[in-house]
Amino acid sequence: MSRYNEILAVMKRDLRSFFNNPIAYIIITVFLAVTGFYFFMFFFYNNQAEMRGLFDLLPLLFFLFIPAVTMKLFSEERQTGSLEILLTLPVSTRDVVIGKFLAGLVFSMIMVSPTLIYLLTVILNGSPDYGPVIGGYVGVIFLAGAYTALGLLASSVTRNQIIALIMGWVICFFFWGIDWVARFVPAKLNFIAMLGTDYHFKSIARGIIDSRDLIYFVSVIAIALMLTIKVVEERR
Amino acid sequence: MITVKGLTRSYGDFRAVDEISFTINEGEITGLLGPNGAGKTTTLRMLSGYLKPDSGSILYDGVNTADDPIGIKKITGYLPESAPLYGDMMVFDYFCYIAELRAIDNAPDRIREIASMCRIREVMHKNINELSRGYKQRVGIAHAMIHDPSVLILDEPTSGLDPVEIIEIRNLIKDLGKKKTVILSTHILPEVEATCDRVIIINRGRIVADDATSKLQSSAGRGRSIIIRVSGTGYEGLESMLRSVRGVDHIARIDDSDLASAMATVSGDTDARADIFHAVCGKGWVLYEMKQERTSLENIFRELTIGGGNEQI
Repeated sequence: MSRYNEILAVMKRDLRSFFNNPIAYIIITVFLAVTGFYFFMFFFYNNQAEMRGLFDLLPLLFFLFIPAVTMKLFSEERQTGSLEILLTLPVSTRDVVIGKFLAGLVFSMIMVSPTLIYLLTVILNGSPDYGPVIGGYVGVIFLAGAYTALGLLASSVTRNQIIALIMGWVICFFFWGIDWVARFVPAKLNFIAMLGTDYHFKSIARGIIDSRDLIYFVSVIAIALMLTIKVVEERR
Repeated sequence: MITVKGLTRSYGDFRAVDEISFTINEGEITGLLGPNGAGKTTTLRMLSGYLKPDSGSILYDGVNTADDPIGIKKITGYLPESAPLYGDMMVFDYFCYIAELRAIDNAPDRIREIASMCRIREVMHKNINELSRGYKQRVGIAHAMIHDPSVLILDEPTSGLDPVEIIEIRNLIKDLGKKKTVILSTHILPEVEATCDRVIIINRGRIVADDATSKLQSSAGRGRSIIIRVSGTGYEGLESMLRSVRGVDHIARIDDSDLASAMATVSGDTDARADIFHAVCGKGWVLYEMKQERTSLENIFRELTIGGGNEQI
């Protein structure tokens, strides 16, 4: 059996465990209520066939919601002790971390997928520019990936889910909020906006899929996952 | 065969396991016995590959765990204390998950086989959270056995179970031990006497005794201890009187009543009771109680782990 199957087994278990828990349904419901309200308000108010209302709001919602999704991934296993079993199975720490990351990412995608209905509304009522729509969804995947990896890192350091959540917020706040900081620093320092996720997400969501933005997201994900592997291996 | 050499692991300044070495032969049931906090769990965690030793080595048939951690995990089955299984999963689903991670061919057949072996067929479609502790423990043992490992490591397999469940788990372990090498830890002595071929007693991270259970029991049988309670004198008077009696090597104070009480350990075949009786009469004290018991494995355990009989009991 290849390593791929082991990653998949870990992913499937964690994904299933999300849906065994009422928190998952609460998160999805609140997410859809907020995005639905915001999208349709923007849509009817502006009378434009576009998805911007949704994509403007998503970074904030991801920053708030994704750490709540990922908080349990390692913390809960540390708390109950099941991590001890998982790490004494013939699976490498890397595969465990990747499996859990994918579980979080797939959950976020399931959470976002009903927004395709909003897209359907737009298509039925007008003729949207598909560039920003496709770019927006590609950006959503990468943005969710970055926050999931950062949230997973926060979850790996503690056995307390609440601490994992707050640490996840703190870490993600840096990446989400640096864009705001960049607005009031001297012009010479404006480049710090490039450290944040917003700068790159907005660029992709305009419909321009630039390799620099993708490299940024892939780097954030890779570094966060590598740190997570390190933490899980060292903190036992 | 498992060879452990100079194994050490510290948590901060605290040395949980301090340079322990032992060998475990194939097909033996070995009990790691010690009071809570002696380093049993830490030792088992290192044997299972969960913790890395600070120094020292663990060899499974000559292969160092540090060189091939995944390979070692394939031939061992490990159940941590209190069986921390995923509570939100159904027993059958849990086995499927473990079978998938362990790459077991023909998983459904193997799961059926292991379920009837561990007698858990009736709970296969229950959530793990809903199981009684006895069933949960058996599911845990089954999960550690699913890939037919040659070494089974069980941390406190009977803690928290009721007496009936304890007997069932012990019988299961004895059955398994006929074909496999089993290492288990416990702080309960009768457990070792009932299940293990061999016992390693550890205390404060060090091995204090390591022998076949039967040998330790017979060496324990040679000594005798006499509990004596008198009035008319203090403990010091009683102690000096006992010192003059032939055959008494060890005197420990017992502080549970107003009477002067002591436990005297007697070696060899001498029966010291007559001498003690005459000595008490000669001093004009009143003898309230004199009871002789054979030193059991329990006393050895107590002596080894408390550090001699001079402390108050």
